[in-house]
Amino acid sequence: MRNWLSDSAIPGVTAAVGLVLAATLTAAQTPAYRAPRTADGRPNLNGIWQALNTANWDLQGHAASKGPVPSLGAMFVVPPGLGVVEGDEIPYLPAAAAKKKENQANWAALDPEAKCYLPGVPRATYLPYPFQIVQSQQQILISYQYANAVRVINMGTPTKAPNESWMGWSNGRWEGETLVIDVTALDDRTWFDRAGNHHSIALHVVERYTPRSADTLMYEATIEDPKVFSRPWKISMPLYRRVESNAKLLEFRCVEFAEELLYGPLRKK
Amino acid sequence: MSRRSLASTAALAAGVVALLAQASAVGQTQSAAPKPTAAAKPWTPPRTADGKPDLQGIYTDNTVTPFQRPKELGSKEFYTDQEFAALMKRARQGDVGEEGNLGAANPQEVRYDLELYGFDRTKVRFGANKRTSLIIGPEGVVPPILPEAQKRNAERGARNKGHEFDSHENRPLSERCILLNQERIPLIPGANEGNLIQIVQGQGYVSILRETNHSTRVIPTDGRAHVSQNIRFYQGDSVGRWEGNTLVVDTTNFTNLSAFQGSGERLHLVERFTRVADDMLIYQFTAEDPTTWAKPWTAEIPWTKSQGPVYEWACHEGNLMISNILRGARVAEQDAAQKRER
Repeated sequence: MRNWLSDSAIPGVTAAVGLVLAATLTAAQTPAYRAPRTADGRPNLNGIWQALNTANWDLQGHAASKGPVPSLGAMFVVPPGLGVVEGDEIPYLPAAAAKKKENQANWAALDPEAKCYLPGVPRATYLPYPFQIVQSQQQILISYQYANAVRVINMGTPTKAPNESWMGWSNGRWEGETLVIDVTALDDRTWFDRAGNHHSIALHVVERYTPRSADTLMYEATIEDPKVFSRPWKISMPLYRRVESNAKLLEFRCVEFAEELLYGPLRKK
Repeated sequence: MSRRSLASTAALAAGVVALLAQASAVGQTQSAAPKPTAAAKPWTPPRTADGKPDLQGIYTDNTVTPFQRPKELGSKEFYTDQEFAALMKRARQGDVGEEGNLGAANPQEVRYDLELYGFDRTKVRFGANKRTSLIIGPEGVVPPILPEAQKRNAERGARNKGHEFDSHENRPLSERCILLNQERIPLIPGANEGNLIQIVQGQGYVSILRETNHSTRVIPTDGRAHVSQNIRFYQGDSVGRWEGNTLVVDTTNFTNLSAFQGSGERLHLVERFTRVADDMLIYQFTAEDPTTWAKPWTAEIPWTKSQGPVYEWACHEGNLMISNILRGARVAEQDAAQKRER
């Protein structure tokens, strides 16, 4: 290859080869799939989507294990999963690692999901419920079936969060085929999964939604929190379109299913 | 919240003038009386990129028009220009009186600092029209509840009597943050925070986010039928369609706990959303329930464009009310038991 290039007497050929190489490199970096467009020319992400994995049980790889309620037998056990964390390692600082262990040991009582609290980002994405992207030009609304959670992503000039909230403050932009959402001001009471993975108020999440076929998206989230992790880390997973012709988000106001846990001890004896 | 409530007097004055200007246009949507003037240019509603009427934006449904018509007005459906101007003048001064009650709310129910939460009626942005009540037609009030429905509702109330503090299940849905009054459909204004509504449209869907309890509906407009009647929801099942410039949303499949103005699970709602100006949308609904009312009835509420932002309303996550109420009741019971022993 090198000889052929150096021996070449025609500069144009070199340039052409250079272009081909450059094109090959670019192609390797960008997804081959080009999504259908919305009327305003953006990749069309409209639809009802759902993760199909065990990330909500544990972001990291895990074998099956028993569930929290023995009387339920083989129902509601922890299903096995390969994990969604790049390198399968979450780089906790020492104190935060200890807190994670403690959370995990008491997860059934402590997990905000058990209390039907708003899930935060990125957990909302891979809870075992569908969510719907409603894509407009200046805003993209994401409605989650779980707890009727919602985010409105600002696609205009980025704005600063007025305050912290459970679902955070989202500014989005398009990078070619990819919707990139920068999320800040996330409440520190949310968890990442039922395994007790946690974060602080300093959490910063950058999400990337990239169409990979007509009915699948690739989802990536880069998680940064200098108070809890020694470096940023990344999760990724495919999201699947709910292709049923009657697919619809249904009412799931889970508060009423959490009340016995929260208020049962205060019941009149 | 403070950003909205601290609107400058100048902005308010401008807003009121704008609202007064809109009021005549709004009055025309239903009234037979006012005729369009030759000078008035027809307003063309904007379209989304895919050609649908563009309803998008952040609105407030604050209004000075009461839900039901005050008795003394009889069948008078509209104020005259003069009466309306006088009413608006009083509203600007904060004296809104019974006929200008801020939305459907009862002033006695306002429990918070008016200024802090944007309740100062001289500063709150509101939609105005010449209607004497939000409920339209000669009656202007909710029709009488049928005897069978009265019986049903009384029985429902009686079941809880004497057990109000036994458990969370005996408390109202709103207190439990399951379904707040102001997020229920149809959307009724109330003198409360959380009165913003945001509409975002995607291909084949319209999403409507009510600030109160982050209540979101994503309504399909593809002509599909309702889900099976076996599936009931607090907020029902909504399907939509476009009729000219209007989004029409049909909702059924309510639960028997969704009671709206005394309705049962047979409640059938038809909501109509129409942009009538750059900064105003008319929200109209017709409520029908043959088990509750002898005939359907209709209300019309002006929604005014607002700035936002729509804040997250995390009701359940901060709900100390239920714990405190139940704990209080248990402590009271203990005290009573101890007294008896003495």
